[in-house]
Amino acid sequence: MDRRQSIQTMLLGAGAISLGLHSCVSEGEPALEEQIIESADGFFGRTPEELERIEKLNAEQLFNEHELETIAVLSEVILPPKPEVGGPLEAGVPEFIEFIGKDMPRMQNTLLGGLLWLDNQSLELFNKEFKSLELSQQKQILDPIAFYDPEVPSRKRPFEIQWFSLMRNLTMTGYYTSEWGIKDLGYKGNQPNVWDGVPQDVLDQHGVAYDPEWIAKCIDQSKRGDIAKWDEHGNLLT
Amino acid sequence: MQIKESSEIYDVIIVGSGAGGGMATKQLADAGFNVAVVEAGPFFDPADPKTMTQMKWPHQSPRRGAGTDRPFGEFDMAYGGWEIEGEPYTHEPGTEFRWFRSHMLGGRTNHWGRISLRFGPKDFKGKTRDGYGEDWPIGYEDVKPYYDKVDKLIGVFGTNEGLENDPDGFFLPPPKPRLHELFYIQGARKSGIPVIPSRMSMLTKRINNDRGVCFYCGQCARSCSAYADFSSGSCLIFPAQKSGGKVRLYTNCVVREVTTNEEGKATGVSYISKDDRREYKLKARVVVLAASACSSARILLNSKSPQHPNGLGNSSDVVGKYLHDSTGSSRSGFIPQLMNRKPSYNEDGVGGLHVYSPWWGDNSQLDFPRGYHIEVWGGMGMPSYGFGFNANEFNKFFGTKVGGYGDVLRDDVKKYYGAVVGMAGRGEGVARKDNYCEIDETTVDQFGIPVLKFNYKWSDLERKQATHMQDTFEEIIHNMGGQVLGDRPGGPDNGLNKPGEIIHEVGTTRMGNDPKTSVTNKFNQLHDVDNVFIVDAGPFVSQADKNCTWTILALSWRASDYIIEQLKQQNI
Repeated sequence: MDRRQSIQTMLLGAGAISLGLHSCVSEGEPALEEQIIESADGFFGRTPEELERIEKLNAEQLFNEHELETIAVLSEVILPPKPEVGGPLEAGVPEFIEFIGKDMPRMQNTLLGGLLWLDNQSLELFNKEFKSLELSQQKQILDPIAFYDPEVPSRKRPFEIQWFSLMRNLTMTGYYTSEWGIKDLGYKGNQPNVWDGVPQDVLDQHGVAYDPEWIAKCIDQSKRGDIAKWDEHGNLLT
Repeated sequence: MQIKESSEIYDVIIVGSGAGGGMATKQLADAGFNVAVVEAGPFFDPADPKTMTQMKWPHQSPRRGAGTDRPFGEFDMAYGGWEIEGEPYTHEPGTEFRWFRSHMLGGRTNHWGRISLRFGPKDFKGKTRDGYGEDWPIGYEDVKPYYDKVDKLIGVFGTNEGLENDPDGFFLPPPKPRLHELFYIQGARKSGIPVIPSRMSMLTKRINNDRGVCFYCGQCARSCSAYADFSSGSCLIFPAQKSGGKVRLYTNCVVREVTTNEEGKATGVSYISKDDRREYKLKARVVVLAASACSSARILLNSKSPQHPNGLGNSSDVVGKYLHDSTGSSRSGFIPQLMNRKPSYNEDGVGGLHVYSPWWGDNSQLDFPRGYHIEVWGGMGMPSYGFGFNANEFNKFFGTKVGGYGDVLRDDVKKYYGAVVGMAGRGEGVARKDNYCEIDETTVDQFGIPVLKFNYKWSDLERKQATHMQDTFEEIIHNMGGQVLGDRPGGPDNGLNKPGEIIHEVGTTRMGNDPKTSVTNKFNQLHDVDNVFIVDAGPFVSQADKNCTWTILALSWRASDYIIEQLKQQNI
């Protein structure tokens, strides 16, 4: 399957899932509350009201099919995929942007308007929509809007620069909050462990050292399971 | 419609289940009393997989952790927030107060920072020290035995440093500093600012067999399912139930008022059940309010009767007055020496800072009367919504272009990951009578209960303190070889957070020896009605440059001991 085909498959897949949920609700077999409470079992700690809101947003559609395809193509230009760590499509970036645009409606004009600006430029320069252009042509359109002057407040930058920054930010955050992005970043946390200080090679790399007097006061992790007992002055005995 | 009245008479009704209410529940139930706890929100157990957010990944949510539903991010474990639908509050025009409420069993203790600082001897005698505010009717020596007991019951890590106004305690050993914290220690000490291990209520070591030990996920704000941090439900209310105490929980019940009899004594409370939107009454010999400083003031002011025409306990007209929050101001810096980090290890640590700076200044030599402490943040945290925004903005410090696209973005993200260090000052504002909350007679919430109207302004005393904070942060960032980020926060309040934003509301029912100028006596008992007590932060005379929770817990325990004694002697 080529990249473009896979984009369509992924997007279709996402649509089918949200449609499926929607039809389930409208058939009204199990009550909404029951369904929500049941789904909370394997879910992520939402209250029934919060889940209801998510379902409601999922049932709405912000971007049409063409716009979603454009977002998918653009996100891969912004952050090209790599074999080991995937890219925006594996990370679900288009679906994420679709959701967040509905979740934070203040972004909608910029997101929607920017996509039309992009196709307008593409048609004018190359007589084709952005998603169908060669990479070199796409870059020709993006290069003038890709960089910004950080000394100018973001709201005072030209619209197309603001829009591209937003697309880059959402692509980056969508990717780096995904399993793929976390793998690329190398983040090692969010799992049970026993913190026992910065490794020596890292201390050396950054030119710092632990103060032995400080460290002497810190937890001896071999005794973390022993129940704490103190003398009357607050000295730990265990 | 008839108000439904329960025939059971409890020994004690406790309104609210946060730190103060939880501690009163534990002590009074352990003493054998029949206790009813009335909580406005739902039941919550941090270990319940249905509601648990601990150890979730951002990609488990379609919004990747963004704070649309919950102001501190969607995995934060506080139901509620700055605004709650159907439960408004109002303001005197030209003033501001941001009120964070969390209606759930355990309240705000489910997500708080766990920074657990004792007040020191000076903190109880502010007026004697500098002429501002009022002295407490008690001193450190009165509270010390209770701080000691709280340390041992709940568990707090830290170190005994022998500091005069940051007293020693019964500490568990602290975790080692993280990399960015080593830079902070160097930077602060260069300016003569002390840095010591944090004092926080997570169990770095086992304290009993009912609670787990910290496994360093850094997610205390999500409430620990192993009960290894202090949350009121898991550490006080459940243990009280488990040890056989008579504790009846009334959840989703919003208290309207304290009911009284012809002699003016409290008989119980009336509440509205969120489940059927009807009013009910509960009866008790003693009522303990622990609904939060502002909510308890609201309940008192709404409890009007012929015997208490100005609201319960309000013959002094002081209820709602002297409201104050901690001051806050923050800054962050980019530290080039922290670039290009090896993410070869997990540095989540405990949730929050491993090191902090207690107040070091001599206010008699400064242009503001009260101090602040500094909290530190930074490190290679778990990505969440917002991670990767403006990924290479720091290129500007090297004169290279900012923005772009392509493979270079992957390099930029890693180059700058964990290279920012932030500092937050948390200080004492002076309690003033003209900062207050009162009943807004024009507005009710969806339960028909008149709401609070706030009137709060910072004064120059706090603004000058904020200026000192910003000067200090800039100096420390420079000492760390860093670049200060963003413009110096300005505005009319010199970069102070809005009143209320630090979520340390205290002072609305202050304690004192004189019934004309205070609401409760030194045992948190209303001067006007001897069977009503307040054990949240309402009775605080002043806030200190500390956080309020450890003192709420100590004073609630102390008040509970007094209630037990008074009930046994049949005085109330």
